[in-house]
Amino acid sequence: MSTNGFDSLRKHTIIALVEDRPGVLNRIVSKWRQRGFNIESLAVGHSETPGLSRMTFVVDANTDAEQVVKQVDKLVDVVDIRDISDEEIMMREMALIKVAADSDNRSRIIEIADIFKAEIIDVAKNSIILEVTGEEEKIDSMYALLADFGVIEMVRTGRVALIRGSEASHQPPEHEGYERYPGGELW
Amino acid sequence: MILESLVREGVTDVFGLPGGATLPLYDALPEYHPRIRHYLVKHEQAAAHAADAYARVINGPGVCFATSGPGATNLVTGIANAWMDSVPLVCITGAVITGLLGRDGFQEADITGITIPITKHNELVLDVAKIPYAIREAFYIAKTGRPGPVLVDIPRDVQQQKAEFVWPERVYMRGYHPQISPDPEEVARAAELIQQAERPLILSGHGVVISGAYEELRELAENGNIPVITTLLGISGFPGSHPLYMGMPGMHGMYWNNIAISEADLIIGVGMRFDDRVTGRLKDFAPNAKIVHLEIDPAEVGKNVRPTATLQGDARTSLRELNKLVSFKERGPWMARIDEVRSQHPSIVFPETDGILPQYAIKKIYEMSNNDCYIVTGVGQHQMWAAQYFWSDKPNSWVTSGGLGTMGFEVPAAMGVQAAKPGELVWAICGDGGFQMTLQELATISEYQWPIKFAIINNGHHGMVRQWQHLFYKNNLVASPLRNPDFVKLAGAFDIMGLRASHHDEVEPVIKEALAHKGPVLIDFRVKQDEDCYPMVPPGASLDETVDLPSEYNALAEARQRAAGVR
Repeated sequence: MSTNGFDSLRKHTIIALVEDRPGVLNRIVSKWRQRGFNIESLAVGHSETPGLSRMTFVVDANTDAEQVVKQVDKLVDVVDIRDISDEEIMMREMALIKVAADSDNRSRIIEIADIFKAEIIDVAKNSIILEVTGEEEKIDSMYALLADFGVIEMVRTGRVALIRGSEASHQPPEHEGYERYPGGELW
Repeated sequence: MILESLVREGVTDVFGLPGGATLPLYDALPEYHPRIRHYLVKHEQAAAHAADAYARVINGPGVCFATSGPGATNLVTGIANAWMDSVPLVCITGAVITGLLGRDGFQEADITGITIPITKHNELVLDVAKIPYAIREAFYIAKTGRPGPVLVDIPRDVQQQKAEFVWPERVYMRGYHPQISPDPEEVARAAELIQQAERPLILSGHGVVISGAYEELRELAENGNIPVITTLLGISGFPGSHPLYMGMPGMHGMYWNNIAISEADLIIGVGMRFDDRVTGRLKDFAPNAKIVHLEIDPAEVGKNVRPTATLQGDARTSLRELNKLVSFKERGPWMARIDEVRSQHPSIVFPETDGILPQYAIKKIYEMSNNDCYIVTGVGQHQMWAAQYFWSDKPNSWVTSGGLGTMGFEVPAAMGVQAAKPGELVWAICGDGGFQMTLQELATISEYQWPIKFAIINNGHHGMVRQWQHLFYKNNLVASPLRNPDFVKLAGAFDIMGLRASHHDEVEPVIKEALAHKGPVLIDFRVKQDEDCYPMVPPGASLDETVDLPSEYNALAEARQRAAGVR
């Protein structure tokens, strides 16, 4: 977790469009592991195309990402992958933070939540769960302020990113002639 | 379903060993005989190596079968070998029944998980109707682009199910589009670099052999008047007797090649990946040269060296495009310089001795086979000597384990070559260490009466280990001396002719006798035990520090100091 905005600017943000099948994550992560690279965050979910998932990786700035990106691109299940660190990108992360809270300090926590435009999604007798979205630095700052009250636990989604503007981040895959298996997917 | 798919793919030969999870597959084999011939090996590793070597010499896919669990894991070394050397290998493994998958069933191993890092792709098929698609895809992926191994894992119950056989005419994968033709701008830039170069060299690799670019490479060399060096796996991609041919470079390559690379102003790498055994210390590799790289795999471009021009595509297609733009250029001073180094440091000469020098036995085998044989080797000193002395004109006649360096490859690989080329002469040059890793296959060879000639270069040691212990570990010979069996008696046990040569004068007669014999022969060459393989680039040294002869040992000692700790 970085507290300094310059660090995270220099991190590699890599996005990939992949077949939504068992084992794909294993294949991709295997390439990173083979070179001993640590993935700082990884977010996976459906893309706009049925059957394809989009992944966002964040890896350390010191990583020679070019070689791994090329190796991952060779995987049959990877439709496209690119390092977008040097592009103009929009990136966001979401966090859920459970903070110790009682009637004495609840209002101060809600004040902090308001400043960061965080949602309060659960209030219990001795705790409160906040949902916050933004760039990592924003979440870091909010965490730092909440730490005084006692953070019980936190979960972060990891960065998701897209390139700004109307162009698609990946070349859309050809659909014509797609006849992989009768009736759709192998699985 | 599986066998019908293989027939549609044009498969005629398969190497394998049955087991519980492949019984339905084997049950159907007789129906397909003789369209598909199955060779029963004694260990699955041999099935993978044999199919690997078979694939290399037919320039097409090789196929092997193994059962689940230990059968499949025994393939792993063979798959890794094919992976490192870009060989189109299709492995079909049986898996435990669907209901037991992931439950530690008897003879279960997660073979698709295990082989992820060493296959181009793999697939677990859970629906019988999809077997033809999975196999069609496997072959397509294995043989297109940069070839490589593909594994298809099929549970036993899926093999037993029935479904209508539908053969897909074509397969399309959203994430797989190998680039075959190079960018014309890069071709033009490469041609210009070649025209401008005063001291160019071609470094030709396995890609030339795989793509069958033998003629195209010769055209480039002759048109451009450029000397050709072949990497270990590039051997037999260019005629050995050609005046422009220079042999192998690198760690045990020709001295003149390593000097020429260091002095060249242009290196044209064709279907090769600038491996560490070729480049020596990378930062001092070809310090004066620009690089033109003809390479099919985008991940290899810029991995070790930064090219000035990159022809990304199939070697043959790229060479054809390049040949259109390259014209003859006189390069007198460059050729004279190479000749000068060559005459000062002849590299592959050796003294007359009463005993047998390993180089002598290997050279004689090559000479007495009339330039018309396949040579298969294992890994180690004998492999390097064979590479140094094998200057054949026969295209794609050199089969060796390059990237992975798999000892024991030679015995099953020779089977694969002989199965693919029934009428041809196949020599397996074996180390006494490696031979004992796969010698169980002598039984297979005896069964099918493959007339392979085995030459065991028996120096009583793991020779390359002994050489490194001698040079870099104060001659502390730990676990390198071997207590060998009587190889001639061993051959007898398998009903194979066994011969022995212990003296210089016996070498020619035993080779003659072996060549005259119709069946398989094993020759035990009792060679000088402490002969080291030279030239040598000490580990961690640069190519211009190549040591040509043992007498230049001081230079080596210095380099050893520098390279301490480097493998």
